[in-house]
Amino acid sequence: MKALYALYAEPEAAQRALDALRAASPELKLDPKQIVVISGEPHEGFEFTDEHHTGTPYRWAVLGAVVGGTSGLLLTTLSQKSYPIPTGGMSLTPAWTNGIIVYELIMLGAILTTLIVLLVGAGLPNFKGVITDPEVWAGKILVGVVDAPENSISEVEKRLLQAGASQVKQSM
Amino acid sequence: MQKTAEQIEHDLLRPLFHSSGKYWVAVALATSLLLAGVAAFGYQLYSGIGVWGINSPVFWAFDITNFVFWIGISHAGTLISAILRLTNATWRRPVTRCAEAITVFSVLIGAIIPLCHIGRPWLAFWMIPYPNQRHIWPNFRSPLAWDFFAISTYLTGSTTFLYLPTIPDFAAVRDASTGLRKKIYRVLALGWQGTQRQWQRLEIAMHIMAIVIIPVAVSVHTIVSWDFAMTPVPMWHSSIFGPYFVAGAIFSGIAALILAMALLRKLLHLEEYLEPIHFENLGKLLLTMSLLWFYFTFAERLTAWYGNSPPEMAVFWESIRKQFAPLFWIMVFCNFIIPVPILAIKRLRTITGTAIASCTVVVGMWLERFLIVVPSLEHKFLPYSWGTYRPTWVEDTLMASSFGFMLLLYLLFSKFVPMISIWELKVGLQPHFRVRTAPKAESKHHGLAMPGPLPTDVAE
Repeated sequence: MKALYALYAEPEAAQRALDALRAASPELKLDPKQIVVISGEPHEGFEFTDEHHTGTPYRWAVLGAVVGGTSGLLLTTLSQKSYPIPTGGMSLTPAWTNGIIVYELIMLGAILTTLIVLLVGAGLPNFKGVITDPEVWAGKILVGVVDAPENSISEVEKRLLQAGASQVKQSM
Repeated sequence: MQKTAEQIEHDLLRPLFHSSGKYWVAVALATSLLLAGVAAFGYQLYSGIGVWGINSPVFWAFDITNFVFWIGISHAGTLISAILRLTNATWRRPVTRCAEAITVFSVLIGAIIPLCHIGRPWLAFWMIPYPNQRHIWPNFRSPLAWDFFAISTYLTGSTTFLYLPTIPDFAAVRDASTGLRKKIYRVLALGWQGTQRQWQRLEIAMHIMAIVIIPVAVSVHTIVSWDFAMTPVPMWHSSIFGPYFVAGAIFSGIAALILAMALLRKLLHLEEYLEPIHFENLGKLLLTMSLLWFYFTFAERLTAWYGNSPPEMAVFWESIRKQFAPLFWIMVFCNFIIPVPILAIKRLRTITGTAIASCTVVVGMWLERFLIVVPSLEHKFLPYSWGTYRPTWVEDTLMASSFGFMLLLYLLFSKFVPMISIWELKVGLQPHFRVRTAPKAESKHHGLAMPGPLPTDVAE
């Protein structure tokens, strides 16, 4: 994966570069997914991403909780019915104590689902084609284009420089 | 002077590449304690569990005390961190990772202790409650089975809660390293780049985790308390035990966190990041918990005294006036009488003051766990079954080594992971006072030029 990028000290400049690339993407035949913004910390108040599906991970977590709870219910009730302990006439599948196991597995289901949803949503693990620059960790924001068509490289460079970058870099 | 992103990066990655002599002395001390424990455990395996002081009727003593103590300490991290995250307390940023690491390691140590107690740890899988052909029924009525689920969930959740916000920092270390170190951090960072999608997903995941982990943390120590409260033993069979244990756990957890922060501050030279304000705020929390602890202890004892039931009063007087009175009053001094004035008077609520108060609280809370377990077991309902308990050197050594193990895990962790979340600290600088174009200056710390890339030897 080849990336053409510039580094910006200010998020406002990064936003300008991003807006310029987005506006020019039909002309430069760029897929919006080719435009990347990379930073060493999240930036609130800037439109660095088009994605606003923030509710999806919560819904997955709830689904994971339901699956966890169902597993807990099945584990306790099926075990108790398969291996009945003499209870002296008391309930074989007591809701109070089974509820504790179900509760813990509800939470475990939500935790594991959240982890999986994060990894899938964030595209991790991904050991190939990682775009990075040490200056990102020093506070700079990287704005660039991945696999830009050969005939649009000069236009991409122009727009990155116009937004305030001192130079355009290339990563292999 | 406010730090730049570059300076923060430099200062917080530095302990991973360079360690002081004091750090290695602490590692040596912790390793010695751990090795002593390993030797004692080896002796116990060779000779049998009889080398412990436990007997009939005191089947639980130091081991369960240590178990409850370490599970309690674990409440420092995840619970405090989650609450501070959800309330968006800005001062939390340098504190959260120190706290979350305590949780993971103390739960781990807490989970190891029952393995020592069963005497034959190679049969530990018998404790796992699943349907099997060995006629060992998975008894979901037993609080010990609840413990298994609660602690497993808490350990999984706490580890996830610690790992997720560490991924970007692993990527920062990856990009500042070379050679084998780079390869290791490349795996740990999972290929993190810092795209906006990744940041968005990480922040949502942390929010969900913070919501989920709070009820889990509360349930874990409540269930640990039910190990006792579900048993018809004098002074145990009490509905107050759940909240009493949770309050005590948070109390001891905050104390452990303050001690860990004070230690890291000195050993890793994090004076500019772990500031007096953090100790002061945690000191106020510790004060609140000390008052709450006293309230619960008083309420518990008053109810027993007012009920005047002979079996309960036997335990009551044993702890207050007789055999266990010295330990009881040391506990009261350590948990209330010493820390409250220190933490209530602003002039004394310094780093040293809060660390002293935390030291006494850790001692006091260990004694509290011991005093819950042993006096009640020594004096059950029928006087003919009363007994006594004295710990042996094996138990003493195992207890001391659990502290050494905790210290060692914590110190080694600080060598591999930035103990303060770099990216979260940078976010904290964004809105008000982030300095993006600070002039280059010679650092007053460690003789390194800052800001600027890590020196070659550091980067390697």
